[in-house]
Amino acid sequence: MRRPLTALLALAAAMLLPPAPAGAQVTWERLVNAADEPHNWLTYSGTFDSQRHSALDRITLDNVGDLEMKWVFQSQTSHNFQATPLVVDGIMYLTQPPNDVVALDARTGRVFWIYEHVPSPDARPCCGFTNRGLAIAGDTLLMGTVDAMVVAVDARSGGPLWETQLADPSYAYAITHAPLVVKDKVIVGTSGGDMGIRGFIAALDIHTGEEAWRFYTIPAPGEPGSETWERCTPEMEHCDPDAWQTGGAAVWLTGSYDPETNLTFWGIGNPGPDYAWYQRPGDNLYASSVVALNADTGELAWHFQFTPGDRYDYDAVQIPVLVDLDVNGSTVKAMLWANRNGFFYILDRVTGRFLNGRPYTRINWAEGLDDSGRPIQTPQGPDNPTYPGKQGGTNWYSPSYSASTGLMYFSTWENYATVFDSAPVEYVPGQPYTGSRNRSPVRGVPEPPPVGRGHINTWTADVGSGSVLAFNPRTGEKVWQWETYDVMNSGILTTATDLLFVGGREGYFQALDARSGDLLWRAVTGGNTLAAPITYEAAGRQFVAIAAGHSLFVFGLRE
Amino acid sequence: MPPIVWRAGRRRPALTGVPAGTIIAFILSTRSLLPWLVAALTAGASGLAGLPAAAQDHPVEYERADIERGAQLYDEFCSACHGDDGDAVPGVNLMSGQFRFATTDQNLRRIMTRGIPGSGMPPGTYSDADQIALVAYVRNMRDYDGGVVTLGDAGRGRAIYEGKGDCASCHRVAGRGSRSGPDLTAIGSVRGAGSMRETLLDPTGNMLPHNRPLRAVTRGGEVITGRRLNEDTYTVQIFDEQERLMSLDKADLQELTPVADSPMPSYAETLSETELADLLAYLVTLRGLVTQ
Repeated sequence: MRRPLTALLALAAAMLLPPAPAGAQVTWERLVNAADEPHNWLTYSGTFDSQRHSALDRITLDNVGDLEMKWVFQSQTSHNFQATPLVVDGIMYLTQPPNDVVALDARTGRVFWIYEHVPSPDARPCCGFTNRGLAIAGDTLLMGTVDAMVVAVDARSGGPLWETQLADPSYAYAITHAPLVVKDKVIVGTSGGDMGIRGFIAALDIHTGEEAWRFYTIPAPGEPGSETWERCTPEMEHCDPDAWQTGGAAVWLTGSYDPETNLTFWGIGNPGPDYAWYQRPGDNLYASSVVALNADTGELAWHFQFTPGDRYDYDAVQIPVLVDLDVNGSTVKAMLWANRNGFFYILDRVTGRFLNGRPYTRINWAEGLDDSGRPIQTPQGPDNPTYPGKQGGTNWYSPSYSASTGLMYFSTWENYATVFDSAPVEYVPGQPYTGSRNRSPVRGVPEPPPVGRGHINTWTADVGSGSVLAFNPRTGEKVWQWETYDVMNSGILTTATDLLFVGGREGYFQALDARSGDLLWRAVTGGNTLAAPITYEAAGRQFVAIAAGHSLFVFGLRE
Repeated sequence: MPPIVWRAGRRRPALTGVPAGTIIAFILSTRSLLPWLVAALTAGASGLAGLPAAAQDHPVEYERADIERGAQLYDEFCSACHGDDGDAVPGVNLMSGQFRFATTDQNLRRIMTRGIPGSGMPPGTYSDADQIALVAYVRNMRDYDGGVVTLGDAGRGRAIYEGKGDCASCHRVAGRGSRSGPDLTAIGSVRGAGSMRETLLDPTGNMLPHNRPLRAVTRGGEVITGRRLNEDTYTVQIFDEQERLMSLDKADLQELTPVADSPMPSYAETLSETELADLLAYLVTLRGLVTQ
């Protein structure tokens, strides 16, 4: 059996030594080299390249059928539970909504402490009191809050260290994603893109909480890119001359980081109002784009816009997956991106240059991409269904890239459309600002909602289904597709043993063969999966954890 | 740096690697059976505006202008979460007229403006006029769209339901009648008269997709037909024609197909316009159990 030396050392340490102390210093070197300590899960996506691929190899194709539930953490919340935990030397750090930090024994699930941040009653998060997880630096845990703060908590004691207010929550600013630590800074962005915010990404000093830089995802008039918020002319009906001030472009999912170039990459959300595009004519940079920022200064290195003038709420809120691809003997420093708009993209992550792209699902809002990667748009108007619908071909669900198979895996919605229609909308602070009159293409059947709908499903058969798609970025081919009855909103994990773990709306947690897509094992969690699985080792045993419903389920091999 | 070259167009068969148990799910998931044909759920009757709304402890007349304004506000502020038909939040059906946290219009206005702490329902800032309009729309959304439907005499309609129409041989109201068709105890709360009229005249053309019967054939050859109560990738739950709750593993089935034809007969030839109006008048009174 192949086993990295570091994992062996970790195993030896786990067997011979008492457990490491809680919150052992997570240095910058450890974060950069997180792949070398696969017994831990140190960042939201596991590693800075966000491949969500683990070198752990105790659970294999042969024994995965012996997985059983080891423990469950039942959160004390009725909100959507979207948290992906961190694991540091036997201690798990988890959030439960709205903004509690929980420290648990990763082997047994017993709780050490809970830090409770009570959000301001002014909080107006657009889409529920959501939190997707934490970052750690040294002995400091970092959390964004639904009232637009960053809170630092001592990873050993659970006591507060500092908190910084980044924006006014009554205007729907909120932080829902797990922060990203780069060196001595913690980087976060703001939600609220459906409620008339002006998006930004900010970096704070991890020791003091002092703001170091801020990058607005919508340029102010006169700044580069501001020309894409076109000046209104009399013939532009409903045009808002100040559209940029309420233009959305939110940031609600953790970015990636490339130590070689010191660039950090972030997917930017839709322009607003979401569907009343005529109120904000132009391409609307940097909405529905990926931006590459200098991690020290926040300076823009490059951007690539997937959906110019986005009128479908397609966002570009996915995890940037950084992969060095060997192509004809050369190495391509690539960024792989299965976009909500239905196209799969490969970008050069050093320059932002478009290298290739292709639809991975049924689309009709564009007939293709030009040589620069810009979509050739074919709007369907308010009378015809647009594919994919407003939740997209995929969405925020974390994908995985397996260095072992060379394939990218992501969750998709299939056969899914929206009839996009809109009405002019007036901006009211803290209120939805979408201009929606959208509807399902099938009368009598609602559209699948973004985050699940309970236990009964008699309707998605008519309006959409799901899949896990295995995509070969070298050839542009779908290698296999594993279909589900309901639409799919689970993140994905792959391991060095060619296992793929994925949840789903139906309450199952599954293991597939990453090479063939064959189903190998499944368990019932009874709850919708809105997060992504992780794997780690504690006390010499490998565990796989997934949040589903309102609980975190942890599985390990039968002994 | 070399560009990445993809060959054009070639695709592997989508079924490669799909486990046997999910092939049926694939067949169902590529369906395009009726989608564009299935007609109105929400068609209703503005002629019903004078009827007291369900679960309203005091009859209220709402201005048509308020209802229309409320519909616009609903599209803008509410539909993203609640859906166009008011039923997208689990456990909440605005069209039913029954609310867990509200009975009066004043309750509804408080929820709209203050939200429900601890749930996904946010507080909202609305003028008094907009609050009134939103309440007016939510109280009438069941009947808002569609044309005018003539309603007759509910007492005579009940007699038709039990007699000439023979509705109870398939449907059930408050524990009386067959269970094989959808329970109609609260049908007047969830469907407008216009939509029900369409269904009575053309049951197959207006069958809601989720009411389509399923036909399952086990590997042993047993044929099970009934209504789909629930389905996922691996299993399907059916209420069969023998009134049994059946939970079937797809891996044990050789066939699972929706049936396009409704088992309900059309009443276009068998009931006169007057009788239809009477029957509809009875159906719209079915708004849930009458509390003793």
